[in-house]
Amino acid sequence: MTSTAVKFPTFIARPRAEHGLWSWITTIDHKRIGTLYGVTAFVFFLIGGVEALIMRTQLMSPENDFVSPEVYNQLFTMHGTTMVFLVIMPLSAAFFNWLIPLQIGARDVAFPRLNAFSYWLFLFGGILLNVGWLTGEAPNAGWFSYANLTEKPYSIGHGVTYWILGLQVLGVASLAASFNFIITIVNLRAPGMSFMKLPVFVWMTLVVGVLIIFAFPIITVALIQIQFDRLYGLNFFRPEAGGDPVMWQHMFWLFGHPEVYILILPAMGIVSEVLPTFSRKPLFGYPFVVFAGVSIAFMGFFVWSHHMFTVGLGPAATAAFSLSTMAIAVPTGIKIFNWVGTMYKGHLRLNTAMLFAIGFVTMFVVGGMSGVTHASPPTDAQQQDTYYIVAHFHYVLFGGSMLGLFSGAYYWWPKFTGRFLNEKIGQVHFWLMLVGFNLTFFPMHWLGLDGMPRRIFTYATGMGWDSSNYWATIGSYLIAVAVLVFIFNVFYSRKRGAVAGADPWDGRTLEWTIPSPPPEYNFKVIPHVKYRDDFWYTKHPELVAEMEGHGGHGSAGHKTISGAADMPPGITGEHGDTGGHGVHMPDKSYYPILVAAGLTFGVGTLLIQEPVILRWILPAIGFTFAFVSGLGWAFEPVNEPAAANDGH
Amino acid sequence: MAQAPAATYPHGQANLPAESHASGHAENTSTGLGHRKLLMWTFLGSECMFFGSLIATYLVYRNQNLNGPYPSEIIDVPITSLSTFVLLMSSLAMVLALNGIQRNKPRLGRFWTLMTAALGSVFLFFQVFEFHEFAIHGLTPRTNLFGTTFFTLTGFHGAHVTLGVVLLLIMAFVFSRSGREKLGLVLAVSGFYAVGVALLAHFFKIIPPIVGAPAFVITALGLAAMAGGGYLLAKPAAVRNVKAVSENLEITGLYWHFVDIVWIVIFTVVYLISANDGLGLAQGLGH
Repeated sequence: MTSTAVKFPTFIARPRAEHGLWSWITTIDHKRIGTLYGVTAFVFFLIGGVEALIMRTQLMSPENDFVSPEVYNQLFTMHGTTMVFLVIMPLSAAFFNWLIPLQIGARDVAFPRLNAFSYWLFLFGGILLNVGWLTGEAPNAGWFSYANLTEKPYSIGHGVTYWILGLQVLGVASLAASFNFIITIVNLRAPGMSFMKLPVFVWMTLVVGVLIIFAFPIITVALIQIQFDRLYGLNFFRPEAGGDPVMWQHMFWLFGHPEVYILILPAMGIVSEVLPTFSRKPLFGYPFVVFAGVSIAFMGFFVWSHHMFTVGLGPAATAAFSLSTMAIAVPTGIKIFNWVGTMYKGHLRLNTAMLFAIGFVTMFVVGGMSGVTHASPPTDAQQQDTYYIVAHFHYVLFGGSMLGLFSGAYYWWPKFTGRFLNEKIGQVHFWLMLVGFNLTFFPMHWLGLDGMPRRIFTYATGMGWDSSNYWATIGSYLIAVAVLVFIFNVFYSRKRGAVAGADPWDGRTLEWTIPSPPPEYNFKVIPHVKYRDDFWYTKHPELVAEMEGHGGHGSAGHKTISGAADMPPGITGEHGDTGGHGVHMPDKSYYPILVAAGLTFGVGTLLIQEPVILRWILPAIGFTFAFVSGLGWAFEPVNEPAAANDGH
Repeated sequence: MAQAPAATYPHGQANLPAESHASGHAENTSTGLGHRKLLMWTFLGSECMFFGSLIATYLVYRNQNLNGPYPSEIIDVPITSLSTFVLLMSSLAMVLALNGIQRNKPRLGRFWTLMTAALGSVFLFFQVFEFHEFAIHGLTPRTNLFGTTFFTLTGFHGAHVTLGVVLLLIMAFVFSRSGREKLGLVLAVSGFYAVGVALLAHFFKIIPPIVGAPAFVITALGLAAMAGGGYLLAKPAAVRNVKAVSENLEITGLYWHFVDIVWIVIFTVVYLISANDGLGLAQGLGH
């Protein structure tokens, strides 16, 4: 091993706790980290939801004064930022963490400690972003914080600075997690699992990872620039020095548009697993779903200026981005047809997970349709900055991403916990949420077309917007009730949920071959994959001939990447099948949380500008702490030699 | 419904120990490449977008200055060509270092690793000198758009070089196993930086008290420390785990070469192309 040859001072003893708080703080088990991601993101979901409810209450009647305009600005900024960066992305990360190793037949991710580091950085970044609520100056310039509104004379106070620094930390967390998942998927696939045999959810995770590593550096640079402008008086976006505020818009949306695919593709992956299972058919047109996902990611980098049609970029740029935006609807449409084709003539089982998946497909179609309407610049000019836009992106991000994530929650809950979520409560949850969601957001289409501007804390009476706003607010309360029903279901099912076996849904992917909940080491024996949906054909050998007869996706003459069939006997290791007792999982570690804490402290204290001496000393302390902890991490063996010998 | 218990899932074959998964030895991965090498390649892909964004910003704002100093008044292409040459030579040293380790000649490998770090540091000395000169001539990050974009772009590149130097020094420390070698390493490295800082301070007045006699004393002491360190390091050395060390060095080398390549782009865009940029377009158009 790399580091055992090197004697290096051990700063702190290796953590040993197996239970309790310390075991969670030091864990590097991908399943526990997935749980941490899920729980934390759900708490942020509740915070972001409360922010939305306060806004809806304010808008329930015209000329309301439930909150002040200043607070309202903070609410819509933090609601958007929270839901994008602290809810949908980390909830997707919770599924990545739990499922990627299980679906590719691996015992953990490629870099378990880096994985823990990503989580802690996400948590600390989320806290940094929300600190503003405690000091009374939360970020208030909208989730895309347009320059030069965010420059010093226009945004005084620390609000926007919290936003910049918090997102900077969250960006590093997302990047670290993406490197980890890309390499896990590329490098830790079970023998025989070539790329075209990967479950679609794994494919979409890979695509999201690639999107993140190419999109996030752009926002990192943009944030550095606005931060330098604000804190140190540089000139990037200051027109009085020749800087161009539109440059910020380009940088932000060059990141921001790939970001919306980062938010939707995981949910697309989830429903691509749920629909075939409950239609009892293989996914219709697997290669099309995969390549549509890849081409969405690729084209996603060439459509950003459709967020900027009203800026006035000139006819050539506007026409080009209009065309590319219409073109990107094609691969998205292909996926819709694939999902419908999967359900067509299937033996549908309409349980909660399936209902949420179908809800995803239908709601996403509505959001996609309204999306195509603003691909046309003249139409977009009328819709810009109105509630029509709000309706559109809530249909794709709530009706799309969130319903998809709930579908995944109901589908994999038995695998995560060993018990089903209650089906009846689940159906109540689904219908309440679907009705509440449509009641909230559908009226916003015509509110927007009628000219109601977004981001304005109130509206005048007599505009004809009163009843639509009233019902939208009622709908948002229904969503809140639906979320409470879900929380109740989680607690109810903890003790009283029906016990699930290893394979409760007659599943197709590898996670259903191991017990629920999975043991720490996941697979006693690393599986050897022959077919796409391998487990399904193992259970239904009579279907193999039919599948191969159709020239489908069989393995005949299909050379596997790892050449597992000819794998030398030596690689089976000295352990044999010892019931999992011979498997050494990587040891727990303190260093991920220490490095994350040091980095967040260093970035967070850049905020403190007075007195001048603290401006440099506090960040220096944070970064030095992170560097020293990083050294400890680098020289800490993955397994303590002693632990490896006592055989657990 | 078929309920297949976990243990009887049929195709099971390889029972890979988990730690080999985690440490990612190349022979156990799907691609045959080690996890960490793949991580570095992926990271460098991401870094392309990072530097791409900074360079794009520089290009967009080129020739948009509302006031001087303008690039034509301040950029010194001959001196930067010299520092560019030094940085490119460090890539050669990096290759020789890896070659030394792979041929199981640890002393050679360590020498060239230190050489790489030294050449990288000389490049950084040039950058300190350049930033200082620019400030004297009235160009700071706040002065105009050129200052803003120039210092941000080259500053982040310099930070990357610094990180690379730190990695290389850690790497050299890891090669060195005995107390004698470690002492030699500390002497040689601290001597080198003492000489560098003293010379910079004396000739360019960057640190006021270190001018004249103090600078020469520090230089002499630094040279003596380098000589002593070199003597201690000259003894034959052994590396236990050549394979692991050479993999680490190879990954560090990927990073080092990438940072060099980025500099070639920056040198072209910021120095060669912009060398004659004077009054910006903004003035030319009568603003």
